[in-house]
Amino acid sequence: MQKYLTCLLGWVDERFPLTSNIKTHLTEYYAPKNFNFWYFFGSLALMVLVMQILTGIFLTMNYKPDADLAFASVEYIMRDVSWGRLIRYMHSTGASMFFVVVYMHMFRGLLYGSYRTPRELIWLFGVGIFLALMGEAFFGYLLPWGQMSYWGAQVIINLFTSIPFVGPDISLWLRGDYTVSDATLNRFFAFHVIALPLVLLGLVAAHIIALHEVGSNNPDGIEIKEKKDKKTGIPLDGIPFHPYYTVKDLVGVSVFLIVFSAIIFFAPEMGGYFLEANNFIPADPFKTPPHIAPVWYFTPYYSILRAVPPMMNSQFPGVVAMGLSVVLFAFLPWLDRSPVKSIRYRGSLYKRFLAAFVVSFIVLGYLGTEPSNVWGQFGSGVPIVGGLDRATVVARIFGLIYFAFFILMPWYTKIDKTKPVPERLTA
Amino acid sequence: MANQEVDKGKRRFLIAATSAAGGVAAVAVAVPFVSSMMPSERAKAAGAPVDADVSKIEPGAMIIVEWRSKPVWIINRSKEMLDLLGNHNDKLSDPMLEVVSQQPDYCNNPARSLKSNLMVLVGICTHLGCSPSPKLQTGGDMGPDWPGGFFCPCHGSKFDLAGRVFKGSPAPINLVVPPHKYISETVVRIGEDGKGAA
Repeated sequence: MQKYLTCLLGWVDERFPLTSNIKTHLTEYYAPKNFNFWYFFGSLALMVLVMQILTGIFLTMNYKPDADLAFASVEYIMRDVSWGRLIRYMHSTGASMFFVVVYMHMFRGLLYGSYRTPRELIWLFGVGIFLALMGEAFFGYLLPWGQMSYWGAQVIINLFTSIPFVGPDISLWLRGDYTVSDATLNRFFAFHVIALPLVLLGLVAAHIIALHEVGSNNPDGIEIKEKKDKKTGIPLDGIPFHPYYTVKDLVGVSVFLIVFSAIIFFAPEMGGYFLEANNFIPADPFKTPPHIAPVWYFTPYYSILRAVPPMMNSQFPGVVAMGLSVVLFAFLPWLDRSPVKSIRYRGSLYKRFLAAFVVSFIVLGYLGTEPSNVWGQFGSGVPIVGGLDRATVVARIFGLIYFAFFILMPWYTKIDKTKPVPERLTA
Repeated sequence: MANQEVDKGKRRFLIAATSAAGGVAAVAVAVPFVSSMMPSERAKAAGAPVDADVSKIEPGAMIIVEWRSKPVWIINRSKEMLDLLGNHNDKLSDPMLEVVSQQPDYCNNPARSLKSNLMVLVGICTHLGCSPSPKLQTGGDMGPDWPGGFFCPCHGSKFDLAGRVFKGSPAPINLVVPPHKYISETVVRIGEDGKGAA
């Protein structure tokens, strides 16, 4: 039997680089030996992507992208299709968990300087993946055709209207109608199920190819390729991805799936954070829900949008600030001037800025889920902020901190007192 | 042939010429695809003007008609409401209607209307496109200073009974007055005025 399999493998290898690919990407891909908790999230993101594609395929078998039928077809999946409820909740929970995993993955990059030379392109492909993912989430959220789907899409498309001169035409072109309608739903379906998934898969492939070309970073931020075994040419601090990290990642997958299943079984709506209550009401163009908020993963940027006051009779500055708050991530490799990569060897200044950034991200995220008058107003006697919504003022302050993290980075990373970086990996 | 020198100038010219021609073709091919995303003929037809009978609106009441799937409000302002309109100009962002895109020329008057009592407005907030709620009466839950108008529940924008935005609202500009005309004493046509269809 063994003999025939070896024979078959030989036959394939003469026609397709199977063994050599397995070696390059798995058994002879040498990853640093000190990966920790934060290194689970790359493989988890890949797994969630596969899960979203699989559950998505099965949802399209029963979903109808038609303004008259869409809402009912989703309810049909939930009530009448065998296990349809499970598949739908896997997909909707998967969307939120995708962002959880990706945010952790990005934070890992911030902790250990994974975006620094020579990994700028990996990071840029990653930012591309993040943008495509946001697009997927936005287009997908319209499909159930509930109140929040409808008005969320309305609000976001209207952001484009504020672009000077061409804005109204752009939003008309995006909608394909004078308001969000059947035409909009149909094209969002096309974007969600085919256009963006293709882009996403291409970017993921590029992300991994670039990673395997330069090699993984690690919690010490040391290039393991600089210290190789003279005889074999294998990095001294490297271990083959398979079996070492495939086994480690399987543990991560198991724990993740326990959490994931618990959410699907016991709290698929997550108290309105994963699926908003208003979205169980069919879309009604004549009735705006009393409070419109995006799903939690968009709320930090939404808070920034709301916090910027209109200038020169235009909403545009807020839209620009929101766009910047996302796009600034792409510039990190060039904003960071520190001589070291990892937070382990950075000084306290960077740590403080990073902590402030994380706090502002969370506070903005929370405020974005609430109406802007959630904390009431300042009394009219208070100087400067008198009469303003308290939450808006807080969002403005934390918005400034958010931007300061990026814009001041060339300065504080340069003057920060760093510690000496060891030659070889520590633990 | 094999020994012939490569004419590099000719090669560069041919590469440039084919790239340019290919680029033109790519742009030309993109045109139908991009245009296919504009509103279709059916959508344009569905966006045709609509007529509304205004004779049955009581003073101080309003009706909502659908035009291009947007709510259009027609408010029959009572005499008291009209009298109050000029009293709060200092609280408005644009009381003198300087952002002219928000109303047709023929509605650029203090009441923002063709017939002073009848206000025609697109009921979509200029902030992010929600539909504000009518709070037509003075006072009430909007506070003692409220002169009557509209309140957007999404982000708290406030408008008066001429659709003019109050200062401090997230909405930057006044509500839109759609093109309209009276085709008889009692019927208003929305989406079309003397200058043709919108």
